[in-house]
Amino acid sequence: MISVSAVLYTTSIILVLLGLYGALTRKNLIRTVISLDVIDLGVNIFLITIGYIKDGRAPIYVIGSGSLSVQAARMADPLPQALVLTAIVIGFGVTAVALTLIMRLYEKRKTVEVSETRGLKW
Amino acid sequence: MRKVIGFLLIASFAFFIVSLVARDLWIDDPAQVRTIGQAAIGQTIPQSGAANTVTAIVVQFRGLDTLGEVTVLFLSAIGVALLSGEFAGRGLNELFADDGGFILHYGTRLVLPLIALVGAYIVAHGHLSPGGGFPGGVLIATAVFAVLMTNVQQRLSTRLMAVIEGLAGLAFVGLGTLGLLGDKFSFLANVLPKGELGFLFSAGIIPLIYAAVGTKVAAELSTLVTSLTGSDKDAGPASVSAGGKGGAR
Repeated sequence: MISVSAVLYTTSIILVLLGLYGALTRKNLIRTVISLDVIDLGVNIFLITIGYIKDGRAPIYVIGSGSLSVQAARMADPLPQALVLTAIVIGFGVTAVALTLIMRLYEKRKTVEVSETRGLKW
Repeated sequence: MRKVIGFLLIASFAFFIVSLVARDLWIDDPAQVRTIGQAAIGQTIPQSGAANTVTAIVVQFRGLDTLGEVTVLFLSAIGVALLSGEFAGRGLNELFADDGGFILHYGTRLVLPLIALVGAYIVAHGHLSPGGGFPGGVLIATAVFAVLMTNVQQRLSTRLMAVIEGLAGLAFVGLGTLGLLGDKFSFLANVLPKGELGFLFSAGIIPLIYAAVGTKVAAELSTLVTSLTGSDKDAGPASVSAGGKGGAR
């Protein structure tokens, strides 16, 4: 029997590795930013999965659906979820600044390829 | 060659991660939360009065962190405005030169009030249901983006946006300072009456802070979109900034 958390952990690790491979090998800077976002997504899924519990509910109290202590016992961990809320916002800010930097580079050099830009090659 | 090096790096990193994740995390599905989250769930109702545990953590237990998060978003909006200032009037401007076609133009008019309404609803109910200031603010900013996309003449004043954003930030800090006046003497302590669980007017300062966060996020993202699409009312004409005299404003 494969557990849900094993599937989610595997997915998140595969996403992180795919994003890392893309960030290392792609020459197009926009694809590099997309790869970084894929890494971001993988890390977020990983953090959410840490808070997974079997048959858990969303960590929100609902009035008129059983006693509050029973509800509290079945809640998933709210701490990673709050952390991921922060991580999504920070990831958005990083992506916006990175794309603007790429626009600046295109204005100056008329290219978004790393290999055609001196100083960014590897 | 680069791909081989990349693949080797990835393989070693994969081995590192897989060996790092604790073994019982893989196979075991715990029936209950085993971390400090258990304490957070238990303390949510007595300390904050919010029905949504995640909101209680984000706004109250970890409120200072959220203040920092909003600051990061603010810095990102400032960075984008600064970096895109040089290509004001050029850049992505041609992409937004038409009204987006018939369907987009009239479809947006139809959906726009609903988008803004749902955004405001999500901001206001952050302490009762999933959502809150961040997703709601993003939705409101989406409405602004739709207006900029379909209306050629529409210009937004980034200066007005900056004023709204500053006021929202001040409201956040001011509400936090209220906590210093209460009996707990601590920044961002929940001193307002908590009300009844599950009602709109409950949870003390949490809905007020989330309203400030929602306003701030909406203003920030609108500034971001405005400066990236080159529809800034306050920026000078393209010839002025291209001539290196952008500092005139």
